[in-house]
Amino acid sequence: MALISTETRLDAYGTWLGFKRLLPLSMFVVAFGLAFGLAAAQAGLSKFETLLMSGLVFAGASQFAALELWQQDIPLLTIMITTFAINARHLLMGASLYPWLCQLPPGKRYGILTVISDANWAMAVQDYQRGERNLGILFGGGLALWVTWMLGTWLGLILTQGIPDPQALGLDMVLGCFLLTMAVGGKKNARLFTIWAVAAMVTLLALWLLPPNSHVVAGALAGGLVGALWLEPVADHGKTADKDQMEVDS
Amino acid sequence: MMLENTGHAVLLVILAMFLVTLTTRYGGVLLMSWVPINRRVEGFINGMSGSVLLAIILPMAVQGDTAARLALLTTLLTVLWLKKPLPAIAAGLLVTAGWRYFM
Repeated sequence: MALISTETRLDAYGTWLGFKRLLPLSMFVVAFGLAFGLAAAQAGLSKFETLLMSGLVFAGASQFAALELWQQDIPLLTIMITTFAINARHLLMGASLYPWLCQLPPGKRYGILTVISDANWAMAVQDYQRGERNLGILFGGGLALWVTWMLGTWLGLILTQGIPDPQALGLDMVLGCFLLTMAVGGKKNARLFTIWAVAAMVTLLALWLLPPNSHVVAGALAGGLVGALWLEPVADHGKTADKDQMEVDS
Repeated sequence: MMLENTGHAVLLVILAMFLVTLTTRYGGVLLMSWVPINRRVEGFINGMSGSVLLAIILPMAVQGDTAARLALLTTLLTVLWLKKPLPAIAAGLLVTAGWRYFM
């Protein structure tokens, strides 16, 4: 594919091309958005609240996780920490693009970062390595993901109205099954299995011994500590940020 | 900190999630302009983002009914086999629905 520009810039043409490139992949995002709409309706969120969450948060796994923690009373702090833990991968994604993004004025730089997500980031990294310097793929691609995520959420909300008994169709398990596929995607090795084993043990211990909801934070911290102590071999450096993620997570 | 599940509280939670996520989106570039993210921090973040999902799912399997466990097991096996999330989720739901209908 020909390069759009060899000089770092963000323009309407590049953004449009990026939008079109991510649109086919975004059809999967519609399906995930639909699943989220269904799950949110079952968790008792109103249509407006569900669309607002998809529109502002725009990060599928953390939105599903928040629904799982949603109860009679909402544990605000736990939801915030969980959201941070799940979305902390954005920190690495942004950092990996720093040499490219720092050449833009702050307004454009952070404007683009507002829609950074797994799929458009992965494509942008590949483009950058090919010599592409037009940031349209990151911004336009992000817009495509956002639009289809909203469309999917909305379709899910409409669909729930026609389903009298969601549990009979197994729809209460959409959330758990979705998170599970997100958790096990990516390369598996001894390091990752160790992280999972320690995280699982700590989670179960916290579930039985510590106050309600603290198991999520405890498990996440335990897994993070193992990850910090046992480092990935240097050869993988620079491509590690997307390890845990499927290509279509938004 | 627990909030009562009312309209205002829900909006507050959504706003908080928005701000936290925005921090992660901006934070990487912002941090790099002060100090480079080293490999330990990277290892911590990678380890944490996988483990937190596991920590949410495990109680569903431990405390859930047979249908819930079957759904998770089916999804796990299918995603490991096909490497595609959507068919795996569909298979999990199908098994759950089937179990509840026939059992």
